[in-house]
Amino acid sequence: MSTGAVATRVPGVTGRTRRPSVFTVYRWEIFKLVHLRRTYLGLALSVAVPVGFAVAIHFRHVHHGDFAFATFLNRSGLALPLVILLFGAVWMFPLIVALVAGDIIASEDHNGTLKTVLTRSLERWQIFAGKVLAATTYAIVAILLNGSVAVVAGTLQSGFHSLQTLSGTTVSASHALVLVYVSLLIYLVPIVTLVFIGVLLSALFHNSAAAVVGTLMISLVFQLIGVLPGLTGTQPYLLSTQFNAWQGLLRTPIDWAPIVHSVWVCAMYGVPALVTAFLLFIRRDVAGG
Amino acid sequence: MSGGTASAPPLQVRGLVKRYGHLAAVAGVDLTIESGDVYGYLGPNGAGKTTSLRMMLGLIRPTAGTVRVFGRDPWESVRALDGVAGFVEAPTFYPYLNGRRNLELLAAFDGGGSGEQVERALETVELADRARDKVKGYSHGMRQRLGIAAALLRQPKLLLLDEPTTGLDPGGMRDMRVLVRRLAEEGITIVLSSHLLAEVEEVCNRVGIVQSGKLVYEGEIAALKRSAGASYTVQTTDDERAVQICRAQRGIADVRRQDGRIWFSAEEEQAVATLSQALVEGGALIRSLQPQTARLEDLFFSLTEASEHDEQPVAEPTVGATR
Repeated sequence: MSTGAVATRVPGVTGRTRRPSVFTVYRWEIFKLVHLRRTYLGLALSVAVPVGFAVAIHFRHVHHGDFAFATFLNRSGLALPLVILLFGAVWMFPLIVALVAGDIIASEDHNGTLKTVLTRSLERWQIFAGKVLAATTYAIVAILLNGSVAVVAGTLQSGFHSLQTLSGTTVSASHALVLVYVSLLIYLVPIVTLVFIGVLLSALFHNSAAAVVGTLMISLVFQLIGVLPGLTGTQPYLLSTQFNAWQGLLRTPIDWAPIVHSVWVCAMYGVPALVTAFLLFIRRDVAGG
Repeated sequence: MSGGTASAPPLQVRGLVKRYGHLAAVAGVDLTIESGDVYGYLGPNGAGKTTSLRMMLGLIRPTAGTVRVFGRDPWESVRALDGVAGFVEAPTFYPYLNGRRNLELLAAFDGGGSGEQVERALETVELADRARDKVKGYSHGMRQRLGIAAALLRQPKLLLLDEPTTGLDPGGMRDMRVLVRRLAEEGITIVLSSHLLAEVEEVCNRVGIVQSGKLVYEGEIAALKRSAGASYTVQTTDDERAVQICRAQRGIADVRRQDGRIWFSAEEEQAVATLSQALVEGGALIRSLQPQTARLEDLFFSLTEASEHDEQPVAEPTVGATR
């Protein structure tokens, strides 16, 4: 260590002139995500599943009527992203979301870096906001990446053709492409809700694995409740059901009711989760690490 | 935010308590760190040092009592920590980022972060040549040095260091002590938590000693040593008889035989002169008579062991038994 000439006042630096902001935290959270292996695990899953689906379609005929849009998988590549939205809600998208949202606070708490950043010049709410924004950004990127890869893979497999809606009408390929991307945006409503739940568990647990698995389990429990005899009446109010709201777009005319319903049901889950996570983070003792 | 004042001491703690259920990790600590102090916060493991430091840095909320950093409450706003830096337990960083990136991140979180500033901090702790390596490959000593570099980025007026030499090799410990002294010479007030008495004795001018969450002493090391009184050893031709004479002598206390010598303390030098005369007259001829300097280690154990039997905090203790 340089003990002969210690420079505590670094020459050339006149001191801080501005306070750091939420954007500062957000920028560095994204930077950290770029350097984390688990980020790429989720993104790789986002890419691999549609590619795998396209390959499966190529080698194996999908039976008519197996699920919505199954009939059209061989007729239009634009059916593929919609089919993946149907299946992705079961575990793939919750897992992708949980990998980052569940980890984003818990891992810092567990590794002790939370105490390092909390003694700098940022208020706790700024750090929280930056982390939530980063986790949300990651989820959005993962969904849009998945959708885009599915469009490309589906088009390569089945061509860029017109698509039949759930009402039986046919829309042009370009119109169908717009519908696919708007569907992805509507899908983001329950996805972001799941991000908030993941952040809550991340703030609650000091263990990243517990928070990630917990987020995934909550998603699965919602689905389980929806199929239990006697509880089917709860379906409209379950988070898992809101992953199907985008299907309203694929009707003629567009059925906005499930989409609007999805927004307020998701808010019912997401807002309390986010507020609780915020209060936990603001008030907690940081004694670990 | 409670506004700080220029005259406020760097750190003032009053009635600080932290309870976890029925366990009081910190049980009513009062401290005042004056500007320019190099303050040793001493105590055995589990005494409450780290918990106290966490409260001073606003990481955990006190159950009772107040912490004021330059007159401001760190729990009201992080701005209270302007001019304050340090680390609790081992400094922690993002292992998947390199040393420079970690410092850049922390500098950005302070609102600054010029490359030159980061570079100088790395050079100060002699990590410039390893700055591109990921922190997960750093040794414990390198992480400690990176922790110091991260603290220096804040251009601190008050530095809180929790056991900064723990885990370092002898060379690293020496360098860290020299660095702490240099920082103090540059006007930084330093609070150094440690259970290594020699370290504190070497670099600190004042100490606070905690035991079981309670402060058992606060003051200057020199005053603490003075309070111990003078201690002596004597060797005679008849030690059994000499012990009886010592115990009977007025002004002589804490007589015991140890390591082939007789140890005792004396309130005044005159009592020692009288004792030497009495020994000769009693037939125990003196082979050697030596004054002993009180060591912080001895005083520390006297205080902490005494506090285990005494619930009352000791503000200015009189330590009689030294060796």
